[in-house]
Amino acid sequence: MKLVKSAVAGTLESNDVFVEIEPAENIDIEIESIVFAQFGDDIRTSVEDVLNEMGVKGAKVALNDHGALDCVIRARLETAVLRASEV
Amino acid sequence: MSKVLHSVDEAIRLLEIKDGMTVSFHHHLRNGDYVLNTVMAAIANAGIKNIKVNASSLFDVHEPLLDHIRNGVVTDIETAYMGAKIGSAISHGILQNPVTFRTHGSRGAVIANGTSPVDVAFIAAPTSDEMGNCTGKTGKSACGSLGYAFADAQYAKHVVIITDNLIKEPLENPSITGERVDYVVEMESIGNPAGIVSGTTRITRDPVGLVMASYAARIIEASGLLKDGMSFQTGAGGASLAAAKYLKDIMLEKKIKGSFGLGGITGYLVDMQKEGCFEELRDVQCFDLNAVESIRTNPNHKEISAIEYASPFNAEAAVNKLDVVILGATEVDTDFNVNVHTDSNGSIMGGSGGHSDTAAGAKLAMIIAPLLRARLSIVSDKVSCISTPGNTVDVLVTQQGIAVNPKREDLKQRLLDARLPVVDIHELKDRAQKIAGVPAPLVTGDRTVANVVYRDGTIIDTIKNLVT
Repeated sequence: MKLVKSAVAGTLESNDVFVEIEPAENIDIEIESIVFAQFGDDIRTSVEDVLNEMGVKGAKVALNDHGALDCVIRARLETAVLRASEV
Repeated sequence: MSKVLHSVDEAIRLLEIKDGMTVSFHHHLRNGDYVLNTVMAAIANAGIKNIKVNASSLFDVHEPLLDHIRNGVVTDIETAYMGAKIGSAISHGILQNPVTFRTHGSRGAVIANGTSPVDVAFIAAPTSDEMGNCTGKTGKSACGSLGYAFADAQYAKHVVIITDNLIKEPLENPSITGERVDYVVEMESIGNPAGIVSGTTRITRDPVGLVMASYAARIIEASGLLKDGMSFQTGAGGASLAAAKYLKDIMLEKKIKGSFGLGGITGYLVDMQKEGCFEELRDVQCFDLNAVESIRTNPNHKEISAIEYASPFNAEAAVNKLDVVILGATEVDTDFNVNVHTDSNGSIMGGSGGHSDTAAGAKLAMIIAPLLRARLSIVSDKVSCISTPGNTVDVLVTQQGIAVNPKREDLKQRLLDARLPVVDIHELKDRAQKIAGVPAPLVTGDRTVANVVYRDGTIIDTIKNLVT
């Protein structure tokens, strides 16, 4: 899937994640999370998984996480990707 | 000759405060307190070093203390609670010696018995006369009870009263009498009213909080303790207050008249007492304006000292007569040990206060907390800091179920009979981890930044420095 514009999904509420995504040459993931020490690696893996599954080869992704569950992180990112690719 | 001085500096000079001494403070002005900062600035100005600060609690407003620590003015701290700003700096290792955390009850007890002597107690008093007879019930900075300051006033070598309402006539019915007071210092303002007491304490509207609160009230009902003469304590947290609301409804409906409401008192307990749920309130600290108003005007709302409240060496302590207490937690482990000292990153953000005192004394010690907070399970295999030992905790209430300590089979049976959702605490942990994932283990340094001293005087746990 090719991104054509920047997009966002999610909120800054507790237990949610705010995802910003924009087209880029390579994959660049930035994670800010209140549970980074406990789940930072898990969050990165999930982001890489979703991008992979959706066939995104180039994207700059920034997550501002306030303790979202894994399913929420995946859903928010998927939405952001779809919005950025004008499906 | 008069006890009245015009500045804290004068008191420091006259009392010959010098390197290595211990000064003490109480925290009834909470996050509005100006007194600790004023006194410590004066001590720093006088060039005094290596001071031990014994404060019943430290709040974010006391952040200037961090500079005095960095400059070597303060090298020791003894307290029962520490807010997150001070706590984080301590966790990063800025203090020379480890903090000594005590409980509210044992702080009073060890000041009294000489284990933790105080050289000079500085007591913030919303009203004082020139002899140092003082009270927290009146004055523009009124905070209600001065309960935590009684031991300081009675057992410190020297006592300085600091007030912003100095009256000429002898004060009637003082909370602290002037006999042991060396000096009275008048200040423009001892605190910011907005930080001293909250206007109203609100009940949660969060559905998760309400579910837990309703379980809590039904547990009390099922426990067999809900009868005439019941005594009760709860914190000021939203869910705890909601539990009090549900309990009140049950008590009024069944016409049950309890004996006393205890602790830090909120307007909510004031209302319960007024409506006949309790004969009296025993108050060591007022949390809001309604509580302050009540302790000033209601003869059945009684001010008690930390020693009367919770001293481990006082057989008659109120906590020993307590039937039910509702408490919070940042973490509970599968042995029911509770952490209220550190956050999920191991940084200090609290303290026992009266947590372990009331848990030890109460017939039913209930912890109420959501199963997950921001993807973190409340239940773990081992808490990162033991504040309150599991053998004093009876039940953990979450929105996903109620875990009963195995030593309380009797209680478990009662809750099952009442069709409450009892689950094994390991099951709660597994459920949380299934939803949220398994967190990476906490990494800390090797240096001890705080010793958690249990109410019996033993070190129950140590808190290590943070490495990130």
